Parts: sequence; C-alpha cells; structure tokens
Amino acid sequence: MTRRLSMPAFLSVFLLALACFASDARAIDIKRVVSPGGIEAWLVQDTKIPLLAIKFAFEGGVETDPAGKEGLANLASTLLDEGAGPYDSQEFQRRLADNSISISFTATVDGFYGGVETLVETQEEAFELARLALTEPRFDKEAVERMRSGVLAQIRREQGDPDFLARRALYETAFPDHPYGRRARGTAESVQSIKRDDLRAFVRQRFAKDNLTVAVTGDITPEQLGPVLDRIFGGLPEKAAVEPPADTVPKGAGETVLVPRPLPQTVVLMSQPGVKRNDPDWFPATIINYVLGGGSFSSRLMEEIREKRGLTYGVYSYLVPFQHAALVMAGGSTANQNAGTMVDLMKAEWRRMQEQGVTQEELDNAKTYLTGSFPLQFTSSEAIADVLLQVQRDDLGIDYLDRRSDLINAVTLEDVRRVAGRLLDPAALLTVVVGRPEGVEPTRTRDDVPS
Amino acid sequence: MAEPSRRLIAAPVLASLLLFGAWGPSLAQEPPRPAEPVPATAPEPEARKGVFFPESFMLDNGMQVVVVTNRRVPVITHMVWYKVGAADEETGKSGIAHFLEHLMFKATDELKPGEFSRIVARNGGRDNAFTSWDYTAYFQNVAADRLELVMKMEADRMADLRLTDETVLPERDVVLEERRQRTENEPGDKLSELVQASLFVHHPYGTPIIGWANEIAGLTRDDANQFYHTWYAPNNAVLVVAGDVTVEQVRPLAEKYFGPIAPRPVPARVRVEEPPFAAERRVILRDAEVRQPSLRRLYHAPSYNRGETVHAYPLQVLSEIVGGGATSRLYRSLVVEQRLATSAGTGYSPDAFDTSVFGAYVSPNSGVDMDKLEAALVEQLEKVAREGVTAEEVETAKTRLEREAIFARDSLRGPAMSFGVALATGRTVEDVEAWPERIASVTVEQVNEAARAVLGQANPVTGLLLPAPVRQAAAQPNAQPATQPSGQTPATGAGAAPSRSNDSGVIR
Repeated sequence: MTRRLSMPAFLSVFLLALACFASDARAIDIKRVVSPGGIEAWLVQDTKIPLLAIKFAFEGGVETDPAGKEGLANLASTLLDEGAGPYDSQEFQRRLADNSISISFTATVDGFYGGVETLVETQEEAFELARLALTEPRFDKEAVERMRSGVLAQIRREQGDPDFLARRALYETAFPDHPYGRRARGTAESVQSIKRDDLRAFVRQRFAKDNLTVAVTGDITPEQLGPVLDRIFGGLPEKAAVEPPADTVPKGAGETVLVPRPLPQTVVLMSQPGVKRNDPDWFPATIINYVLGGGSFSSRLMEEIREKRGLTYGVYSYLVPFQHAALVMAGGSTANQNAGTMVDLMKAEWRRMQEQGVTQEELDNAKTYLTGSFPLQFTSSEAIADVLLQVQRDDLGIDYLDRRSDLINAVTLEDVRRVAGRLLDPAALLTVVVGRPEGVEPTRTRDDVPS
Repeated sequence: MAEPSRRLIAAPVLASLLLFGAWGPSLAQEPPRPAEPVPATAPEPEARKGVFFPESFMLDNGMQVVVVTNRRVPVITHMVWYKVGAADEETGKSGIAHFLEHLMFKATDELKPGEFSRIVARNGGRDNAFTSWDYTAYFQNVAADRLELVMKMEADRMADLRLTDETVLPERDVVLEERRQRTENEPGDKLSELVQASLFVHHPYGTPIIGWANEIAGLTRDDANQFYHTWYAPNNAVLVVAGDVTVEQVRPLAEKYFGPIAPRPVPARVRVEEPPFAAERRVILRDAEVRQPSLRRLYHAPSYNRGETVHAYPLQVLSEIVGGGATSRLYRSLVVEQRLATSAGTGYSPDAFDTSVFGAYVSPNSGVDMDKLEAALVEQLEKVAREGVTAEEVETAKTRLEREAIFARDSLRGPAMSFGVALATGRTVEDVEAWPERIASVTVEQVNEAARAVLGQANPVTGLLLPAPVRQAAAQPNAQPATQPSGQTPATGAGAAPSRSNDSGVIR
C-alpha cells in the first residue's frame, strides 16, 4: 500500500513545475543518411569532440545457431577482430591499439551487434579494419583455438555463478523446445564441435545488407558518412540467409525449480509471459514494471522486501521483449532462511498489482520518471548511437524520440489496470531458486549444474 | 579479444556499477574518462593544455566546488564527495563508512526515510552513492533544470540527518545481505578480500570496505551518528557538477544551499603505516563452486600521494606495456605464445590517499598446471624488472594513454568521477588537467626504475583460486575473471540493484 507522501513545502515548488521533457530528447537532431550504395544509417552529428562512434546490428542472433553448434555466433564475435585480410591476429590488434581504435562485436538474442569507436585522426584506419573484420576475417587456427579456450574458460567460470545458474535454469524451463532456451555461449561440447568452416559459413550467411541496421554519432557530416558506409558495408552480400525461429509462448507456469548449491544466500528468479516491444500495451506494461520492481527505490518490491524488512540488498523486475517471445521477470537474493518469505512477498506483490493496478500518484510518478530519465542515456557518442540503433531495430520511426513522452503521458489509470489484469498472473510464474533455500517447496529439483 | 577492451572498463565504471550492478570494478590504470570541456567561448581544447577544462572555486566555509560544462544534452551529474572512507574507521567499527552511506538515504529534518530517492525519481532523475577506502560519494543524474532541487536536498542531508533505530536496524540487515551477495556468494571476491588483507596486514586498506560481517552486525545508530558528525562537514566535502551547466549557475546555488552550513574541525586523516614485511605470502582459496581457477600476484606500489610518488606516472605506462590488452607482454607471452592462459592483464591505480597496489591477473587454459602458469607469470614480471622495456613500447603506450584523455571527454560522469577522486585523495584540479602532459613526459628510464622498484620487491602476495577436491559444508561459488586491481574497488552504495540480463542496455 502506498502512503500519501507529505511533501515539505520547499520541494513542492519544483514538483508543481514538472516540465515536459519531450524537448530534451528533441535536442538530439537525427539525420537519415542513405549512401550512394543504398546503405541507410541514422546520424547524430556532434563536432565538440573529434571522435566517432558507429554502431550496427545484423538481424538474427545466438538463437539462429545450428543445433549442435550452439555458441557459433558468440565464438565468431570473438574472432572477427583476431585477424582479417592481410593482417594476422597480433598485427590486427596492434593496429587497433596503436591507433586507439575500439572495434567490438557481441552476439546476443535476436541480433549480432558491432561497434567502432575512433578518433577522427585515425578514422581511415578504423574504417579499413572494420571493413576487413566484417568481410575478410581469417579465422586462423591459432586465433580460433585461443578464443575457443577463452570461451570454454568463461563457460566453466559461469558454472560457479549462482546468478548465471538461475538464468540458465529459468530459460531452459521456459523455452524447453525453442532456441531461446539455449545458452548463448553454447556448451563445452557444442563449442568444441565448431569448425573453421562453420565460422566462415556464419560470416557468409549472416552478414548482409538486407539485415543490417546502422547508427552513427560524432564528428562527421552526412555527406562524409555516405562513402564511409559504402566502404565498410558495401562489400557485404545483398541478402542474408537467416532462419528466424518460430514465435513461442514461455512454458513452466506454476513450476518451482530448485538448483541446490552450497551457498549462504539464495538467488531467486521468476518469470511469466510478457509483452513484446511492438505490443500496443508496451507503455502501460512499462509503467506497471516501474511501479512493481523496475524503479529501484521507488518500486513496491524494493519498499516491501528491502526497505521495510531488510531481507535483501536488491530486488527488481524487468521486461524482456524478445522478437519471438516475451517475459516479465523478477529477481533478487536473500539469506537462505528467508528465501520462502521473499518468494511469497514477491508473489503477493504480483497479485496486488494484478488485482488493483497502480494508484494515480504512482502513475504520475512513473510518468515523470520514465519521461524525465530518458535523456540521461545520451551522455556519450556510443550511448547515443546505441539508442538510435535500438529505435531502428524496434521500427519505432525517426521521430520516436519526439513522440515518446506523449506516448507515455497518454497512458491512463484504466489502461494500467486493464493491462495489469491481463498481463500479470501469480499462478503463471515460473520460479527458480539457487542455493539452500528454506521455506520453498520445489516442484522439481535439478541434480545437475545447468550449463 | 579475450577480454573486454580497456575502453569498456573505463571510467564511469564505479557509478555504472552502482546503478546497474553490471560492471566489475574499474580497471584503474585508466586515465579519467570524462565529458566534454568548454563553454562555447573557450578556445579549442587542442589549443590549450588540459582534459576537461573545469571551473572551480571555494565557498567561504571551505567546501570546494568544481564545474565541468558539457552541453551535449540538457542533463547534469551532481555529486558530493566526502573526504572520508573505510580506511578512516575506528578499529572494531569496520563498515561504518559504508553503513552511513546507506543511512544517508533515510530521514532528515525535512524528508521522510527514502523520500530523497523518490523525489529524485519523480523528477526524472537517478541517484545513488558509493564508498571506497578514501572517499564516500553521493550523486544524482537529473535534467539540468533540476540542479537547485538536488543541491538543496544534498545540503539538507549534509547538515540534518535524523537517524532512528526503526530505520537503522533493517538497513543493517540490508548491508549484511549486500555482503553475502557481493562476497560470500562469490569465491573470486572472497579471495580478493583475503589477498587485500594479506597485502595490508596493519594498514586499514586490508579491511574490506563493506566491513567484516561480525563487526557490521554490531554497528549502531550511535556509531553512525558519531561518524556523521565527525566527518560530514562542508570543509571536508567537494561538490562536482558536470553537464549542461555553467559556473555562473552553480555558484549562487552553492552559496545559497551549502554556504550556510558551518564548518567544523575535522580530524586529520592519520593512518598507520604498513610495516615493511620482507616475506612473500600466498593465499589459497579452495572452493566447491570453482570450476575455473585463477591466479593473481599483487605488489605494494606508490600512489600519487604516498611512497615513491615519482613512479606514479611511469607505473601507468608500465601497466599498459605489461598488461594493457591483447598486444601487451603478458597476453602475448602467456596467452598467445605459450598458451598457458586464457586471459592475462595488469591493474594499477595511482588514485589512493595512501599507497597503492600493482597487480597481475591470469586465468589458466584448460588442463594447465597452476605452478607452471605461476612460474611463467613470474618470469615475465621479473624479466621486466631486470631488463626493462623498449623505447618503442614506451612511446606506443604513451600515445594510447594520451588519446584516452580525448575519449574521456565523451562522457558525463567520467569527469565528475575524476575530479571527485582526485580532490578527495589530496590532489588538485590542476593534477587532473595535467595528466596527459605528465604521461607524455615519462621516459624509458623512469619506466624501468618504476619496474625495478615495484616488481623487484621480494614481498608480493600471490592469490590462488582453486576448485575444492572435497565438497565443503559452507562454500561459496563464482570465480570472477581476475581482472580487478585491488586498488580502489568501491563498495557500492544504497542503490545498486543486481545486474539484469537484459538484451541490451538501451532504455526503450
């Protein structure tokens, strides 16, 4: 229950004057650039610092790894900058380091992301290295084996991380017969089975112009950017050969999976079906999540479980909008003897939100936070490019930053109640506990270590 | 690359860690990674020496203020740094600095418990805090037009905190849970704590920032009040504001809100010195949950402030050469050529009020004997101490480090962090601004002297994280990749939420 907060007089003046923050996002001027070769990018020009951030993504991520070759996209992401074109691994890395160029690749669910960050003074070298990494990676045996060893070490390391074990157990239970249930890094066996030919095929099939999205921020004009886009991406094939997975609905409703580990603290993770980003109820769901557990100290979960009872250092909820399924998740950790109490409290908050929605005050507070905090992301060239990239990938339109505040402010109390009622269901929760929890009745106990 | 690029580990780390819990501690050999300089009227940075081009002034009550203008978007980072941390605690009261940091979010004479953060959020802002051995810092990221609001509230809790057992006792349980989550559930972090305690046997840097569990459990409201009244004075604080704001806007507000708070005498930060132990030490942690071992070797090192401070800049160059990324000596030798390791690197942070640490970190390749890996690591380190580095290595490393200073401007929180840490540990604004020049002036001879002085010492501490052959009753899991220097790892503050496995860090 929410108490009405009485506000000291000195603060009310600020709160009365809650500005609409839409104008803040408008400070970001986005230009759509199409290269002579037909490659599109969104650009935010910023001449204050002589540097440039290019972020890009290819549709299709770890979920499209061939069965038995799980971890292929991830292994490829570690190898593109480990030798390309005329340069072997050490030479490629030396050129990056000596020119202070950062090139990074990340394979994640639904997308394969890349980034280039460079000073203007070394940008020619950066463009060339990026081009080579995407179009002529060498996959030299030495580099492949070295990176494979690194990935295998990470896989071993993660098996001792209770947060990781909780995520694995949850995703395996929620997506038992769907690629979303597989481990992004793969298993020791699948990573061992990946051949250099698999890596070469990966690059050939997965990087193309028709599944590419690009965003750029920094000291470059639209006219200068066009040829740069052609130079980096122009050599890619026209069409990708990516099979997206089928849409699916998360399973495991009502299950409680125990992963017994000899730990002093239990990690709790929960999920139930959620909303995709293109769902018309996205913003009501965003507000529900903020009030429930997304809003740190302003959330109900934090208030009930940490502030009032001192049971946890952190408890939170969040939305996971994959392209072919969606989840609402919640998690936290507590001393083993309090695990049952914490799970019960989390479910109680789930039910309260389902039955009652939010108060007008909670709705107003959520709106001012969600609109006002949005510009706090725009603090570096990379961060701005990241947002531009995501807005494109989510197909929200180039004017989305201008419209976002209005979309949020348009959500009514009734919208929130309707969506909370349809979305949240304590009976649909899948619960995972890792540790030696007391007061939790598992429906299933894992006798292996999830991997 | 086997490891995240240095740029990913760079500076706003501490604060991101706090807000998102998704980052490891900062790798400290980084130069500050801050925001843009320049009010519109300033000459081009290239034409001036400096990094962030701040403005600073002192209030009459002794509170220092630093302003870094960055006009990219209409937001600011507002930070108050107190020159007190875990190393200033009384013996037997470990954890009180960090505990008080949590309690600063409770009631004041004007605000209810928790209201501070709720008001910040209601105004579209984010807030948090963090504690280290040498400082405690509180920050809000808000729209630029909310500067007065957050400054007023920050001044309010500097002067008028109101603690009751009703709020203090549950928060103590929260801190114990934080300790379980950060340390006791994580063997890698537990080893870090033990190695640190072995490296600093007598000096308070050997005590964990969050405190020892048995001492945290005994902390009281009176302890917190006493610490607060002893140290939280305006003359012991630094205000840093970075973002879409000018010194002309900050000055009158700072005078209005912080100015009236009376200065008080604050104790000198007199800390015991670490005796010169001549013995090498080893810490071996065997844990049932460890499936990937790791090895670290730590040496005492000077900081900007203590010890042979002449080595502070050369050591940053040395760390870049020996362990800075995929072209470094350790990576090339141990990972690429000998295939003994899957990762290798070094960490050095000169930012300490007292002495610092130079650390080397490696993770073995599958099936590699740990003794063999250790011998290979020691061989590389001793070789550097014995034979030194080349002129080309020094030039390349210096160029990289100097360029990082340009990247450092491309951030909002970075510069605020840089000035906060510097001023809280006894350095000046000028020191931060002169960083590229001082790096540029480092010579091969200086790097070699620093290598001999630090890596030539006979008393390093070696830490080993190993799987347990036998299952133990009360073990904890998770070997973190050993890439953290133990220099200035912050215990985070009141707000850190556990990391979220979101598909991207972007808010939609």
